[in-house]
Amino acid sequence: MARQLRVNGTIHDLDLPDDIPLLWVLRDALGLTGTKYGCGVAACGACTVHIAGQAVRSCQVALADVWGPVTTIEGLGQPDALHAVQQAWVDHQVVQCGYCQSGQIMQAADLLARQPAPSDADIDAAMAGNLCRCGTYPRIRAAVHSAARALQAG
Amino acid sequence: MARWGQIARRTFLIGATAVVGGVAFGVWQYRRDLPNPLTPEPGAVTLNPWIIIDQTGVTLIAARAEMGQGVYTTLPALLAEELDVDWHQIRVIHGPAAQAYYNAGLMSHALPTTDYDRTAWQEMMVEAMSILPKMIGLQVTGGSTSTLDAYDRLRHAGATARETLKQAAADRLGVPIGQLETREGQVIAPGGVTIRYQDLAEDAARLDPPRQIDLRPASQWRYLGRAMPRLDMVEKVTGTAGFAIDKRLPGMRFATLRMTPHLGGVMRSHDATAAMAMAGVDRVIDLGHGIAVVAQNTWIAMQAAQAVAIEWGPAPYPDTSQEMMGVIRAALDAPANSKLRDDGDVEGLDTQPEDRVITAEYSVPWLAHATMEPMSAAAHFTGDSLQIWAGSQAPGFAEAAAAQAVGLSAEQVQCHVTYLGGGFGRRGESDFIVLAARVAHAMSGTPVLVTWSREEDMRHDFYRPAAAARMRGVLRDGAALALDGRVAAPSVTRQSMARMTGSAPPGPDKGHVEGMFNQPYAIPHYRVTGHLADLAVPVGFWRSVGNSFNAFFMESFIDEMAIAADRDPLAFRLALAAREHAPSAGVLRAVAEMSGWDGPRAAGTGRGVAMTHSFHTPVAVVIEVAERDGAIALRRAWMACDVGTALDPSIIEAQMIGGLVYGLSAAMMEEISFAGGVVEQGNFTDYDALRLNQMPPVEVRILQSTGHIGGVGEPGTPPAAPALANAIFDLTGRRIRDLPLNKHLRFVG
Repeated sequence: MARQLRVNGTIHDLDLPDDIPLLWVLRDALGLTGTKYGCGVAACGACTVHIAGQAVRSCQVALADVWGPVTTIEGLGQPDALHAVQQAWVDHQVVQCGYCQSGQIMQAADLLARQPAPSDADIDAAMAGNLCRCGTYPRIRAAVHSAARALQAG
Repeated sequence: MARWGQIARRTFLIGATAVVGGVAFGVWQYRRDLPNPLTPEPGAVTLNPWIIIDQTGVTLIAARAEMGQGVYTTLPALLAEELDVDWHQIRVIHGPAAQAYYNAGLMSHALPTTDYDRTAWQEMMVEAMSILPKMIGLQVTGGSTSTLDAYDRLRHAGATARETLKQAAADRLGVPIGQLETREGQVIAPGGVTIRYQDLAEDAARLDPPRQIDLRPASQWRYLGRAMPRLDMVEKVTGTAGFAIDKRLPGMRFATLRMTPHLGGVMRSHDATAAMAMAGVDRVIDLGHGIAVVAQNTWIAMQAAQAVAIEWGPAPYPDTSQEMMGVIRAALDAPANSKLRDDGDVEGLDTQPEDRVITAEYSVPWLAHATMEPMSAAAHFTGDSLQIWAGSQAPGFAEAAAAQAVGLSAEQVQCHVTYLGGGFGRRGESDFIVLAARVAHAMSGTPVLVTWSREEDMRHDFYRPAAAARMRGVLRDGAALALDGRVAAPSVTRQSMARMTGSAPPGPDKGHVEGMFNQPYAIPHYRVTGHLADLAVPVGFWRSVGNSFNAFFMESFIDEMAIAADRDPLAFRLALAAREHAPSAGVLRAVAEMSGWDGPRAAGTGRGVAMTHSFHTPVAVVIEVAERDGAIALRRAWMACDVGTALDPSIIEAQMIGGLVYGLSAAMMEEISFAGGVVEQGNFTDYDALRLNQMPPVEVRILQSTGHIGGVGEPGTPPAAPALANAIFDLTGRRIRDLPLNKHLRFVG
């Protein structure tokens, strides 16, 4: 059915089934391909976006259930205006293949919004749902700490 | 955009050619296998450009698949090191299909085989499986000398371009070339006169490039030998990097596949009535061994694919993994395919009553690659052309296979290589590209994106084969006197080659026993035989290939020998390696020092060591584990590698840790099992991998003593499993000889 969806500050008019997962709305209907399909069952975190500022697995949220404005990786920062988390990822040279990293970054941004100075254990707990087959974990950990310091420094 | 011009009767290596508004520098290559390469016929030689300088600036071409290993950074660094361009102004493109860069006519000079396809394919797979230092031509199969050759070749291309641009400037300014310098994309003349490269490009295209240029010594390197900012980094943290699954074209439709779970079987019948009745479904296409559904979006396509009623034919292999392992174990007693090491006289050895003789059997399961990006490819068929966008590790072969599948010639097919959302060997296969081509052919005129569901990806892999080993060791006076290893597994080499070239090569399969027969241990009586198991399960190259299982067999058993000899496992290995290969001893000494191996250990912890020499790089690993509430936790890890020349230490460190994580994931929890001829695992819920909360801190030391460039993408993987199993033995006294380890104990996580 016809409905409106706010993504990265832009309102989109959509005519799609109620039960289509947000992931596929973003990727196939809106062409926002930074959000990735990895598993479809909330087991990998590659599809993580923010709804009303909260990290969610977009493969598990039906279009009809989206409860607030959506922010995707494209809305977090741009290549010439990186978000602090993205900048930390660059500084620590985190990425290898890069496929999971949109989700990693959206998850980390959510963590830092809730816990400005997370411990290693906090990071472990928040990021355990985000799979990376390249094994970038040590640099993710370091980058999250670094982004926390940058955000706190303002 | 440059046109790739064909040039006749030019035979030297580095050349230049005019392109629109500028010049391209690159490597001359024969376009086909020539009877006499020194006198090629007109049109038979072409320039494969590495560098294009035109009015828009400097573009470097990295004709390799970037799957995380950093080729988009280190290849440009090789070129830029000699070219003198500003790192932040470098543009990198993939260029045309990689086949152009791997001409078998050229390669057959360097490789011991003369078979066209096989030779090119071997080079492709070398490229596909490893990170840069190996990728530019490592001698995986032995005999090839292309590693250093290609490593030099890229730098030569950069130097040739630089000197030609300087000559163009010298001619224009009337200044001797010796008075000119280059810096950040400019030629600098006395008196502060500067000319940008792009303003010299058209003149440079009219010059004959110099033939003899000395490359800069490593002591003068500015880009090589240090951690360069990855050129793909910003794209990948902003969601703007283009993977195949992200390709969008006007009018594009979205497709998915449902193929027979009986791998190699057929589809007997299908009924698409219910699927076609679903809103948004365009087509259900019969692929013979399954169906494709084309729809308005991927989600509808996936729903509809499940709504098709299908009757599958049987699988051409046993129903269960238990039966398959029976076939593999039986092969241990069948005649050997290979005996690639037979030092001393294992057979005739007289054991003394005081000798210790130990035996052990090991086994490992099938494994999936499980790349984060499921198999995907976009394709657009227009009747007389086919455009493909895919994360391919072998685009030349993919083009040929796709062309054949849709009835076009290879020249009518173009494969645009995207970023790869993980490769690990999976994307060296062309199946997913051929299937996308067939869907596009059926949807002629409409561009399609074919995305596999995670479940299809997991159940239609070319698996790392299950394998078994039977080991026998003799210890005398606390030292290894004899080691006799038997390995049994299906042959990846034979199956892959049969898929790619139509026939399996005869003779010993080296890849089948690598990691066991070729280890740098001075054991007086040392024999390894390989026994091929005949199973029709699709198998393929999985990060480190045969080393992935043989290292577990070998390094677990070396540990058992050390324990039986009442020796320290690290000192036992060091004694064997020191007499055979100094760099391998060096990495062992390094991890001993880094981990404080000989010092006091924290109570309640256990440590294991393993060392494997693979892809020309010895890697030693020490892992420390602890028990927590009856479960095993990974506390710390130390790695040392000797890569000869470290081109980019940051990328090497990342690859070492990545290789370790890939190996640990498999060792701890990964298994593909079969029931009823169907792969039982379907998603990360039942085929998981190491998570951040389980990840120990890892310290990596990079040594540079071997004198040659070693691989780094794969050698971190083989020692992971045995180091962990050895640590668990150290902690618990349990020797686990079968993977994955979580079948035998629990991990924290």
